[in-house]
Amino acid sequence: MRRASGLVACLGLLVAACGGGDAVEQNPVDEQSIVISNWEGYMPEDLPDTFAAATGFDATVSFHATNEEIVGKLVAAGGEGFDVAFVSGQFAQALNEQGLLAEIDPDKVPNLKNLYPEATELGYDPGNTFSVPYAWGTTGLCYRSDLLSEAPDSWMDLLRPSDEAAGKVTMLATERWLMLPAQKALGFSVNTTDEGEMTQVKDLLIEAKQNLLAYDDTTFYSKLVSGEAVLVEAWDGWCNYGILEDPNIKYVIPSEGTDLWVDTMVILGSSANKDAAHAFLNYVLDEDNHAWVVENILYKVPNQAAMDKVDPSLAETFPNLGMTPAEVLGGEALLDLGEAQPMYTDIATEVAAGG
Amino acid sequence: MSLAGRLEGEEAKASSPSSRLGKTVTLGPGLAYLAVMLGAPLALIVGYSFLTRGSFGGVVMEPTLDAWGKLANPIFFDVVAGSIKIASIATVLALAIGYPAAWVIAGLPAKWKTVALVAVVLPFWSNFLIRTYAWIVLLNNEGLINRVLRGWGLIDEPLGMLYTEGAIVVGLVYIYLPLMILPLYSSIERLDPALREAAFDLGASPRRTFRRVLLPLTLPGIMAGSIFVFVPSLGNFVVPELLGGGQEIMIGNLVRDQFFKARDLPFGSVLALCVIALMLVLLFIQATVLRRTRETHG
Repeated sequence: MRRASGLVACLGLLVAACGGGDAVEQNPVDEQSIVISNWEGYMPEDLPDTFAAATGFDATVSFHATNEEIVGKLVAAGGEGFDVAFVSGQFAQALNEQGLLAEIDPDKVPNLKNLYPEATELGYDPGNTFSVPYAWGTTGLCYRSDLLSEAPDSWMDLLRPSDEAAGKVTMLATERWLMLPAQKALGFSVNTTDEGEMTQVKDLLIEAKQNLLAYDDTTFYSKLVSGEAVLVEAWDGWCNYGILEDPNIKYVIPSEGTDLWVDTMVILGSSANKDAAHAFLNYVLDEDNHAWVVENILYKVPNQAAMDKVDPSLAETFPNLGMTPAEVLGGEALLDLGEAQPMYTDIATEVAAGG
Repeated sequence: MSLAGRLEGEEAKASSPSSRLGKTVTLGPGLAYLAVMLGAPLALIVGYSFLTRGSFGGVVMEPTLDAWGKLANPIFFDVVAGSIKIASIATVLALAIGYPAAWVIAGLPAKWKTVALVAVVLPFWSNFLIRTYAWIVLLNNEGLINRVLRGWGLIDEPLGMLYTEGAIVVGLVYIYLPLMILPLYSSIERLDPALREAAFDLGASPRRTFRRVLLPLTLPGIMAGSIFVFVPSLGNFVVPELLGGGQEIMIGNLVRDQFFKARDLPFGSVLALCVIALMLVLLFIQATVLRRTRETHG
């Protein structure tokens, strides 16, 4: 026991030495302003203005197209230049392991109370110590119920499609979601680092290319609307953009299960404006502000107060918005792969070049 | 004046001492720009290629040959070979379309010549992505071409045109065709009509005239145009993604993915250097061919 506690103390020291977040000299509170990086269109355009009006802190927004892009920037510059970033959970985990993130001070973010209790115990960051969840959802199958005689209920319906769907299916191309259908269909974890399992995943994905229309991360729902595709792998929020145009489009989570993805907000350890950054997180978590995401982007947010505010008829049109936290949490949280990351990339390359 | 004579004249002019200051003033800014914007990044990727990959992007300052070792994976040869194939087909098609077009443009009256040349570069005025998306609208299974053909009863099932290698080639030819036509036009336009007349007078048939006189003289344009099409085609990663549906990857995709997805800067640098090496070989071949042509026909 004593030895164990000694180890813990050592680790504690190490973390303190690496973290260094508090060592950064802070700007006087009345001079603080923040730079935020987010995906374009992922928050209200006028949010910086309303935030400034409400709190007195100025905010500048820059955009990143992918997690990889912003993580690359942050790692290269040690986090300099940004105060708040929006990244997916597994990337927040990776940034934290690099010692780049500041600890979240719950006292400065009273609106954390709005979160579902389940949203404070997510696999990549139990207790929300370095990240605050912004939106969450699942990955599943989005399909044209009028063009398929049977509703799909397995990832195999995508990977080995029936004759009526062959050549009319699309899959996501971003690594983790490229692997997901095969991983789940074969009964593996979405975070597996086992080479034998990943070889099977690779073979199944190469086989699936025969019946694939295209890999598509951005326009799959319009392919459904036009009828070019009848069954696609989709993030639930994006399937809603299809439903919006054609009510015959439906979303289903296959029986083998799926992932749980979470997009989060993090504060950089190098930030000299941490009071303003915390104020921003708190402002976003305000029930009215956070409800904007649901009403405009049609994504679920882990904010109970915000979800309660949303017009219930929305969940009738877009069933995924009616999913309970327990249902969302049925998915397996995506975790950072650490040293196994290059293996995933190599397999993605081999899948793209193979078949 | 013969071509060789003209070249000698230019060389003599360039090496006179009085022009040295002029040279510094005219070439200086361009060279300085190249040194900073080309030389420095190039040095950087050469350096990166010998360093260790950082787990979360960036590089660790430990020298290693790991990144170069990764080239041994046969998958990369397949991708490079596939890219060369696609870029070659696109180049040959662009030449087949561009050569007659350039010939016709060169023969137009001066006023129409300008109109035709403007028409050639006109597509550059609109965004490359938008023009590529336009092909998606045209080629997809529910798209314009398939609908029209189905409406006329010519086909029952849509032709699967989009998301194929053919669609990638069509996209590349479409985008880079102007880069083929312009150098061809300039070499054809410069042809002295007297040469053709002389060949005829000496009894050469039209085919022989073309093969022995006109083709060799326009070879510089053919080479330049082909390189202008081949090089960007080889490195293009947007067209394979949009028109190929991501089912076929080219070397450009591979380089981009190493930087933005795999967070493997050293290997991305290695691949980028391979592309550069390939280009240098091509330019060397071009230079050699041009020199031979000059020696034979000058």
